[in-house]
Parts: sequence; structure tokens; C-alpha cells
Amino acid sequence: MNFFLELKESFVIAISAITANKLRSVLAALGIIIGITAVTIMQTAIEGINRAFNKSIEAVGADVLYVQKFEWFGKEDWNVYKNRKDINMGNFTFVERNIQSATALCPSVGSMKTLKYGDLVLENVRTIGTTADYQATLGINMSEGRFMTQRESDGGYPVAMIGADVKKAFFENVNPIGKAIKIGSYNFRVIGVIEKQGSLLGMSFDSQVIIPIELFFKLYGTKRSISINIKAADLNNLDETKEEVIALMKKTRKISYGGRDDFGVNQQEAFKSTYESLTGLIKIIGTMITMLALIVGSIGIANIMFVTVKERTKEIGIRKAIGAKRRNILMQFLIESVTICLLGGVIGLLISLPISFIIDAFILPTAIPLWIVFLAIFISVFFGVLSGFFPAWTAAKMDPVDALRYE
Amino acid sequence: METVIELKNIYKTYVMGSEDLTVLKGVDVTIHMNEYVAIMGPSGSGKSTLMNIIGCLDTPTSGDYILRGQNVSEMDDQELAEVRNKDIGFVFQTFNLLARIDALRNVELPLVYSGMGKEERLEKAENALINVGLEDRMTHKPNELSGGQRQRVAIARALVNNPAIILADEPTGNLDTRTGEEIMALFETLHENGNTIILVTHEEDIAKHAHRIIKIRDGEIESDMINPSKVKKTAVPVE
Ligand SMILES: Nc1ncnc2c1ncn2[C@@H]1O[C@H](COP(=O)(O)OP(=O)(O)OP(=O)(O)O)[C@@H](O)[C@H]1O
Ligand SMILES: [Mg+2]
Repeated sequence: MNFFLELKESFVIAISAITANKLRSVLAALGIIIGITAVTIMQTAIEGINRAFNKSIEAVGADVLYVQKFEWFGKEDWNVYKNRKDINMGNFTFVERNIQSATALCPSVGSMKTLKYGDLVLENVRTIGTTADYQATLGINMSEGRFMTQRESDGGYPVAMIGADVKKAFFENVNPIGKAIKIGSYNFRVIGVIEKQGSLLGMSFDSQVIIPIELFFKLYGTKRSISINIKAADLNNLDETKEEVIALMKKTRKISYGGRDDFGVNQQEAFKSTYESLTGLIKIIGTMITMLALIVGSIGIANIMFVTVKERTKEIGIRKAIGAKRRNILMQFLIESVTICLLGGVIGLLISLPISFIIDAFILPTAIPLWIVFLAIFISVFFGVLSGFFPAWTAAKMDPVDALRYE
Repeated sequence: METVIELKNIYKTYVMGSEDLTVLKGVDVTIHMNEYVAIMGPSGSGKSTLMNIIGCLDTPTSGDYILRGQNVSEMDDQELAEVRNKDIGFVFQTFNLLARIDALRNVELPLVYSGMGKEERLEKAENALINVGLEDRMTHKPNELSGGQRQRVAIARALVNNPAIILADEPTGNLDTRTGEEIMALFETLHENGNTIILVTHEEDIAKHAHRIIKIRDGEIESDMINPSKVKKTAVPVE
């Protein structure tokens, strides 16, 4: 008997058997429904976070080193870092003058400020003071206007480059270029808008404003630690650059060769590993829920299939009496259990898609790649075969006379 | 005449706990092409057991069964299924139709298992139903048919794959006398068309349609003889 013909016939029988027992079939598929829902939501969340993360990590730059008092995700007590000597412009100048393995570098300093434009107020905006080299170092793109020039940064001109969130809050339908805003209590002229960089776990990278570092010091005080941002000449030799930076920093901060560093050289890597442990946790929890639901669901389906086979013993006897082979009967019940699981898979997908849209709108970014649909279908078929096999096998090896005699 | 069925020293023993129950005790029967045989005997004498063995639904505990030159005892499950599908049409006392599907689908089923394409299947199934006089009941489900009509559907199903041998275990047992006679008329036609027919019955009236009557008692053949009322029509030699 032709395999595809048989598959089709088995499917027709399965559909009629399932529709004859609609409620029971859906109840049997409940575990699979929950399992598929769990796996789909988990995957859309992980996928969404991945995409958001990759987009926002670009802002940090894979080939950029950040020399700071603090170490990102450092293991020591916060006080240890806090009590370190500030990193100052003298350190920066020394590094700038001597470094070989960097293509660009700049100092930066930051603080949270309140921004005003007319009656509009925006609180807690990251205000960064830096030089014109910031653009080359971090690879900043402007969506409108331009970045500050060397002359503007050296001379401490009151110019500001705003982030996408600031533009949205102040200049929804207005051209921001040339407009005057207040940072703290001082006036600045907007000369550019920085391209949108995205957000991660509720933290936006676009709620920022950049001004010349000279002016920053003048207006908000010099007594603060700066960050020295260094773009490595070659991403593949990042470690070499790092070593050079450490050596130069030790020299300018007068630390002996074997002495402990009183600064941190940070890089994107630190973000990545922390982030990976976060998505790893989601994955572990999600996989556990999924596996649990699928195993329970699979037992449920196997159970229902045993009942179905028992109930239809007479039918099996009749089919065998008129020429059904073991393989035909096995196939019939396997297809039935796969169909129930597929039904559960489709229902699970239909439930999880709106849920992941809701999560996307309120909690975490989610994304639904096509492969999740295929994964769900694959899992359904796999568990359909797994849970249907033993019931189907008992049906297939029934003795025709015994089956026919069954009441 | 060609031998179609040859049973040699057939035993069937059921193991019932510690006791063994021997239901068939050395049955020898030879049936030729186009014979019309009735098997009679008291209840529990082993008629159905014998029929199930002939129909390849059951296997003997010992003895040989040669069906059209092939030794059935040596066949595996797959080959037995093929024999049931193509060589034998079985008609049961309780009809044994699938309740969920209509008459046409029931009749079509053996053809599904022989791997025939949809269109050819439906055409053959329709013809089989027309032949048993049910052209206007094709889309009825079994519970929408009378007992006699159900048995006609079952006969159509047994015939649809053109088997050489028709086996019927008390086909009229659940029908009234008049309907039973109608069914018997159908078997008569089948026999005239060249089929070999074996039929189990309690009733003398039914048995008299057959040309040869085998009587069983306690798992043994009590008598095997030509039906005197039919002998003039066809002379069937019995050794
Ligand atoms: N699976 C079985 N296990 C044990 N004993 C069985 C089994 N099937 C049949 N028997 C026994 O075999 C004997 C013959 O049964 P069978 O069904 O062949 O009788 P029968 O001649 O067809 O009777 P009836 O006219 O009532 O249909 C009976 O005594 C029955 O109890
Ligand atoms: Mg019987």
C-alpha cells in the first residue's frame, strides 16, 4: 500500500475519530498546549531580548575600551572602587599622547540632569561631556544635524546633541536644530540628534544629551572622575590594546610594575557575559516548565490513546478481518495521536502569539521568528509519536478473533 | 475439480487456567471450487472456531490448512492479512460494520487496505452496493439501516474485492425468516456466479440451500453429505 495514500487515509480516520470526541481530544492535548505555549513564549522572549540587546550593545562598541574608576559587574565591594583616586584629564592626555594601538580616543564625563524646553521638562537625562573625538571613538551616527566640531569642543561652545528620547519629548513635530534648551540651569543650542540606539530591560540608551567636556567642567564642576574611551586599532588585537592601556595608566597614575591597578578597563564583553547569564536563566526555567508540561501532556495523550484503543477493540478486529495489516493499524493510531498533538501545538501557538505581543507591549521586547512555528510543530509531532507509539502498538498486535469477540 | 480448501487433522485447544479445552479434535475437510457448503451443529460444537480458522482470523493449534495450494500455517501476519483482504470475504452474524461511517465507506474499506486509488474504490463499492440492492442507501450509517440492510452492506463489503471464497457465520441468525430468505437468495446468486460458499447455520431451512452439509458435534465431524434436494442440479463428489 502506497505510503502517502496510507498516510492520507489514516489522517481521514484520525480526523473523524477526533471530531467524534472533540472535548476529550482537546483535554488530552492540554499538556501539549501548555508545553507549546511555554516554549513559544520563552523563545519569543529570548529572541526579543537578543535582538534588543544586540542593537543596544552596538552603542557600547565591541572594539572600545572604557577606562574608569569602576569595573562593570566588578566583584569587589562598591566602596573599594569609590575610594579610588579619580581619573582626571591629566591621565587622558598622557594616554592620548603615548598610545600606539588606538585609532581614536576621547574623555567623557556624565551626570543626570533635568532638561527643559519652553514649558516641557524631562528629568534624569544622562548628560555627557566629551570632545569631538567621541563620534569617531564610539561610531555615533546622527539622524539629524551634526556632531560638534573640534573648535566647538575645545572652546566649550554651548552646543548640545540630543538623544532620540529627548527629541521625542521636546520636538515631536518640530525641527530641533537651532532650538534652545536648558540643561540644569544653563542654555544650550541643539545642533544634532543622535540616531536611536534602543533600550534593554527598561533602560533606554536614547535618554541622553552630549555637550563639550570643557563646558561641562565649567558649569557643573571639575571634581569628578572621567572615563577614557579608547577605540582599538584592530578588534582582533583588543587584548594587546588593553595591555598597552593598562601599562600607560599605571605609568600616569604612578603605580609600580607589580602594584594593584586602581582603575578598571571595561569592555562590551562584561555586558555580554552578564546578559548571557540572564537569558541563560530564562532558558533554564522556560525549558523546565516546557519539559514538565510536555512530559505530563505526553502521559495524558498516551493514556487517552490507550482508552481509545481499548474502546475501539471491535473496530480493530473488523479492520483486521477485512485485511488491515499490523502496519495499517499502527499507522492509524499513531497518526491519530500525532494529530491530537498537532492540534495542541496549533492551539498553543494561537494562545502564545497574542501573549507575546502583550509581553512585548508591557514587559520585555519579544520577536517571533518563523523557526519557532516549525519548532512547535516538530515538538508536537515528536511527542505525538512518542505518546502514541505504545497504545498504537498494542492495537496493531491484537489478535483478530479476540478483538472481534470484544464487547 | 480444483481444491480450494484442505484442512488436515485440525486441532484447536484453548488453555483455560490449568485445564485445556480442546474445541476441534482432528477435523479433516476438503472443499472444492464453487461448492456451496453448510456447516451445522449444536451450540458450542466448534463451528465458529472452524470458520475463523478457515477465514484466517485464527490459527489452529495443530494440523495443516492448505488454502489454494498455500500452507496457511506457514504464513506470517502480513500474508494472512493479505489473504483476508483478497481471497476471503467474511460475513458475520452481527454484521460487524463500522458505526461511524456510512454504507459506502464501509464497503470501500477492504479496497483501502489493498491500496486502491480513491476513484476506483468508490466505483467498485457503489457497484457492490447496487448488486445487493442498496443503491438508495449508500450514505446511510449502519444505525440508519434495518438488520437485513446491514447484512446486505456486510455482504457487499465481503464481495467488493472479488474474493473466491465467501464465509458466512450464521448470516441470518439476527434476521427474521423473510429477510433471511432474501439474504439466502443473494448467496444463491453468488454461488451461480462461481463463488465458493461456506456457511454456518443452526436452521435446517437455511442449510437446505447448500449443496453439501457438514455436521459437527463436540469438535468432530459427525457427518458430511450431499444435500439430497440439490443433488439433481449439481453433482458434487465427496470422497
Ligand atoms: N477464546 C476462547 N477461549 C476459551 N474457550 C473458547 C474460546 N472461544 C471459544 N471457546 C469455546 O469453544 C467452544 C466452541 O465455540 P464456538 O464459538 O466455535 O461454538 P459454535 O459452534 O460456533 O457455537 P454457536 O452455535 O453457539 O455459535 C465453546 O465451548 C467455547 O466456550
Ligand atoms: Mg458460532
